[in-house]
Amino acid sequence: MIKKIIFQFLFFSFLLLETVFAAESGGMPQLNPEFWVSQIFWLSLTFGILYLVLSKIILPKISANLESRKTQISDNIEAADKQREESEAKLKEYEKIISKSKSEAKNIFNQVRENALKDINLKKEVLDKQINEEIKKAEDEINQLRKNAPAKINKIAIETASELTKKLIGAEINNSSISAIVDDLSKRNGDKYYDN
Amino acid sequence: MAANPMTQFEVYRIGPEIKIGAFDISFTNASLFMIVSTFAILIIFNLGSKKNSLLPNKLQLLAELSYTFVSKMMSDTAGSKARPYFAFIFSLFMFVLFCNMFGMIPYTFTVTSHIIVTFMLASFIFIGVTIIGFIKHGFGYLKLFVPSGVPAILLPLIVVIEIISYLSRPISLSVRLFANMMAGHTMMKVFGGFVISLGIVGGWLPLSFSVALTGLEILVAFLQAYVFAILTCIYLNDALNLHH
Repeated sequence: MIKKIIFQFLFFSFLLLETVFAAESGGMPQLNPEFWVSQIFWLSLTFGILYLVLSKIILPKISANLESRKTQISDNIEAADKQREESEAKLKEYEKIISKSKSEAKNIFNQVRENALKDINLKKEVLDKQINEEIKKAEDEINQLRKNAPAKINKIAIETASELTKKLIGAEINNSSISAIVDDLSKRNGDKYYDN
Repeated sequence: MAANPMTQFEVYRIGPEIKIGAFDISFTNASLFMIVSTFAILIIFNLGSKKNSLLPNKLQLLAELSYTFVSKMMSDTAGSKARPYFAFIFSLFMFVLFCNMFGMIPYTFTVTSHIIVTFMLASFIFIGVTIIGFIKHGFGYLKLFVPSGVPAILLPLIVVIEIISYLSRPISLSVRLFANMMAGHTMMKVFGGFVISLGIVGGWLPLSFSVALTGLEILVAFLQAYVFAILTCIYLNDALNLHH
């Protein structure tokens, strides 16, 4: 189809050129003023129409298209920036929450630990006190026993001595004289017997 | 085939003769390609601006890249004050570019290879820029012809040179485009003629030249449109920001 049109166009041009060739008079056709007015007229007409249509209809449209694309792109960039900022803020918030909960957990842990330590210490103290008391009581008892021991031993010694003498010699000996001897002995050798 | 390489620049009437008063404004092949270029631009940019998707399709990308290209070129050369003239610069660049590019298709007509067309565009720019300059700066715009830091003895000479260079702007602007287009197309035609005349034996060398020239001419077509637009921006900059 297009080939046919081109061929026809070429053929048509050949015909026209032949007619021109017949009328050709030599020299530069540009300087032949025969069609100057016609050319000026058609130039003004076509260029005028071109200028009017371009300036009134087409160029404003292209300009608006470019402008709208520019604003659309810049809007999109702005929106993307905004969203990025938002997400950054959210991330920060999230991190804040995490660090806060972390510190809270740490606090709770520390508190619990402290409480436990305190409890343990308290209990330990009570126990220590009890133990000390027990020890003291036992020591007191021991001391009491120790304090009373010489008197008892002396008494046993006196009784044993009186019993012995009674059995050996069959004579009653006054307890008081024996106790005097025992006392005297214990006073002299007390250190040897009781390791005080 | 036409052997004369200049026949490709012939303007001929298509359809009946149209006359307004004494003026012949018949529809010609030049008019046809002006209309073709205009409609091509309008269709491409209309399709390219129809839908606004975040990920542009090819046509939208083309339209937006052209828009930012011309916009950057203008703000680089003429600053932000030239913003109201953006549509004009854009139309100018696209019109010249499309006319040049359509001229690259074999058997088409190159609108910009005619001095009258480029001169009309250039003189319109020249007059417009001059009016803008006088509106913005009043008679202070004449300071454009008096560069600062010039010794007083040289000043009259410099002013004369500046005025001549200012007045020759439309001529240089139009002749640059016209001559480039005409020379390129003439050369391609000449090499094409060599291919035919040297035949199958010797035609390969001019053919390869022709191929290389086609690439060069496409580059020139773009470059001349760019130069035309950027020089317009520079003239506009002179009018808007008086730097001298």
